Amino acid sequence: MFLMWFTERAYHYDPETEPEKYRELENAVLRQRSFFALPNEMMDPKHGGMLLNQYLDEKIYSEQLGFDGVMLNEHHATPFCMGAVMDVEAAVLAKTTEKLKIVLCGNPVPTVGNVLRLGEELAMIDMISGGRLVPGWVRGAGCEQLANNANPAHNRELFEEGIDVIVKSWTTPGPFRYEGKHFHYRVIDPWVLPIQKPHPPFWIPGLVSPDTVLWCAKKRYPYVALATQLAPTVEMWKLYTEQAAREGYQAGPENFGYLQPIFVHDNEERAIELGKRFMYGGAFAHFARPEWMFPPGYNSKEATRRLARLFANPNQPGKPIHQAHGDETDEEIEDIKRQIYVNYEQSRKDLQMIAGTPKTVIPQIRKVLEVLRPGIFSFWLDGPVGAADRKRCLELLGSEVMPAVREIGKELGLVGPFERAPGSVPLASGKTPAQVAQEDRLAAAFA
Amino acid sequence: MSVAERVREGGQTTVRVGEDELTIVRGGQGNPVLVLHDELGYPGWLNWNAELAAERELIVPLLPGFGRAPRIDWVFSWRDLIQVLARWLREQKLAPIDVIGFSFGGWLAAEMALADPKLFRRMVLVGPFGVKAPDGKGEIADIFAVPALKWLASTVKDYENLPEFAQLYGGGHETPEQFEAFDDARAECARLAWQPYMFNPSLPHHLGGLKGVPTAIVWGDQDQIVPRAAMEVYAKGIPGASLNVVAGSGHRPEVEKTDKFLDIVRKHFEKN
Repeated sequence: MFLMWFTERAYHYDPETEPEKYRELENAVLRQRSFFALPNEMMDPKHGGMLLNQYLDEKIYSEQLGFDGVMLNEHHATPFCMGAVMDVEAAVLAKTTEKLKIVLCGNPVPTVGNVLRLGEELAMIDMISGGRLVPGWVRGAGCEQLANNANPAHNRELFEEGIDVIVKSWTTPGPFRYEGKHFHYRVIDPWVLPIQKPHPPFWIPGLVSPDTVLWCAKKRYPYVALATQLAPTVEMWKLYTEQAAREGYQAGPENFGYLQPIFVHDNEERAIELGKRFMYGGAFAHFARPEWMFPPGYNSKEATRRLARLFANPNQPGKPIHQAHGDETDEEIEDIKRQIYVNYEQSRKDLQMIAGTPKTVIPQIRKVLEVLRPGIFSFWLDGPVGAADRKRCLELLGSEVMPAVREIGKELGLVGPFERAPGSVPLASGKTPAQVAQEDRLAAAFA
Repeated sequence: MSVAERVREGGQTTVRVGEDELTIVRGGQGNPVLVLHDELGYPGWLNWNAELAAERELIVPLLPGFGRAPRIDWVFSWRDLIQVLARWLREQKLAPIDVIGFSFGGWLAAEMALADPKLFRRMVLVGPFGVKAPDGKGEIADIFAVPALKWLASTVKDYENLPEFAQLYGGGHETPEQFEAFDDARAECARLAWQPYMFNPSLPHHLGGLKGVPTAIVWGDQDQIVPRAAMEVYAKGIPGASLNVVAGSGHRPEVEKTDKFLDIVRKHFEKN
C-alpha cells in the first residue's frame, strides 16, 4: 500500500486560543453560504503565513513518521484552502525532504493559462526532489474557473489539450512549435525536464464524475476518490474496472486511491470532539454556492440534466428567485450551525469521519479497506484544530495506525502503484474482470 | 390595441446557411424587421411582438446554441456568429433590413452593421452589450456570477409586479427543461464572449464610421445590467444616433413599458 496524508491548508483560528476570530470567520462563511469569495480583508497575512509554515513543518515531520507521501491540492479565493499555488509548497518540500513522494492532486490545468510553464514548474520539482513527484491533473472546481477567469465552456478541452502539451513538452525533443485549438507556442524547448521517465506517474483525484473515471481507466491513471460516500465510490470503481477490461487490462488496488477524513488522539472523547471541527462552516457543502460550482458550460449535458432535476423544482410554491444571504441574525446563524453539526454523528456512522484513539480507528479503517480495497490510502486531517493536536494526530497515525493499516493491506492484497504498475496486468478480450471493490462488504461496514 | 388585433407567432422554419442551419421564427405582415434576441435565448412571442406584427413582419433567428436551437460547433466567438447571420441575410436577400437588437443581440447588430452597413436600413439597439463604460462609470453585469433566475429577475425593475414576466421564455422558469435551456444559453455566452466579457474593446473606435444606418439606442433608467455611460458611448459614437431613456424601466423596456418602447421604435422607423 501507499500511505499518505492530506490537509487543505485552511485559513482558520483555533477556537481554544482565538474563539472570537474563529466564530467571526465561521459566521461570515455561513452568511455568504460559501467559503469561496469570502472577502479577503478578513485574512491576516501574518497569521496565514504562520499557518502555511506550520503546514509545511507538519509535512516535513511526516517523513520521520513513516508516511510514504504527502498530498497537496490547489484552490483559489477561499479560506478553505490557502494552497493557491501548490507548486510553491511542493518546491519547498522537494528541497526539505528526502524520501517522501510529493503527490499533487491536482494541478487545475484549465485554469493556469500557460501550461508550458506549469510543465516547467513540475519538472523543476521532480528534478530538485530527485524524482519524487507524483503530479495529478484536475479540471478544477467550477469556482476555480471563475477565480482564474478560465472559460468554463472550454474546460474539458483545455484540460485534455493542456495535459497533452505538458506531456509533449516532457517527451518530445525540442525545440518544436505547437499550434493547437487553445494553446499556441512558438518554442517548446524546456531545459528543465522530469527525472522520472518517460514522465512521472499521474494520479487523478475526483468526486465520482463518471467522465473522469472512464478517462482515467482509458489512460491507466490511478483514480483517487476524495472522501466520497462508500456506495457511490464502489459504483465508480466498478465503472473503472469494466472500462479497464475494455482496454485490455485487469484493474487492481494499484488503480485506486481513497481519501479518508480522520482524527486520532490519545483520548477518545477529545478525538471525537476535534473530528467534529471538520464540519466547520458547513465544510464542503459550503465550498461555493451552486451557481459558482457549476458555471455554464462546465458540465457535460448529462450532468447538467441531473443538476436541472436537482435545482429546478416547480413544485415549491413561493420559492423566491432571489436567495437572500447576508442579513441573518446571529440567532439564525447559530441555528444554521446546529443544522450542520447535528449531522456529525451520522457522518461517523457513514465512515465519512473516523475519529478516535488508534485502537478505535483501526477497525473502522479496516471496514473501508475491505469495501474499497485501494492501493493508495490518504488520511485527511482538517478543521480548525490547534498545532499541538494536529501534530499528535500525525504521530499516532505514524506510530500506531499506519503499521496496522499496512498489515491489513498485506492481508487484503492491497498492492500500491509503486509495487505494481497500474494497467500492467493484462486481461484477455471478452473476459469478465474481477471487481476490485467488494460491494458485498458494504452492509458489514455499516453494521 | 385589442387582443384580437395582436398577431400571433407564425411558426418556425429552418434554412441552410453554408453547412449549417438556422431556425427562424416569423410572424406578422408588412416590411420585415430582424429581431436579435438576448443572451438568455429567445424570450418568446411577447406582447410587443404581437402588436408590432400587425404592421411589420418580424423575423427572429433562434441564435444557435442559445437554448432553442443547437449550437454550431465551429463557432468560436461572437465574430463567427455575426458572419453566419450576415451570410444568411445576404443569401436570403433580406438585406437591407430594419433590425431591433436586444442586449447581447444589440451588440451583435452593432457589429454586423459595422462589418457590412448594407445589411441594415435602420437599427434599434435596446440596452446593447458590446461597449465597456469609461472607468468608474459601471460595468456590464456578470451573467456568470449569479444563477440564471436571479439574472432574469434583475433584468426587470420589479419582476413580482410585472404581469408579462411570467410569460418570458415560455413561462416555465423553474422547470428542468428551462434550467437546461438557460444553461445552454449561458454556456454559449461563455464560448462567444468570455473575455473581454461581453464587450469589444475596439468597438468605440469604429462607431464613428457607421454612417447611413440611422440608429436609436433605447435604455431603461432602472437598468441594472448595462450602465448608462455605455449607452452614451454608443449614442455619441454613431453619427446621428439618439439615446432614448425609458423612465421607470429596467433592462427590458419592451416588456416593462411596451407602449413607450413601441412608440420609440415606430417614430424611429417613420422619421428615417
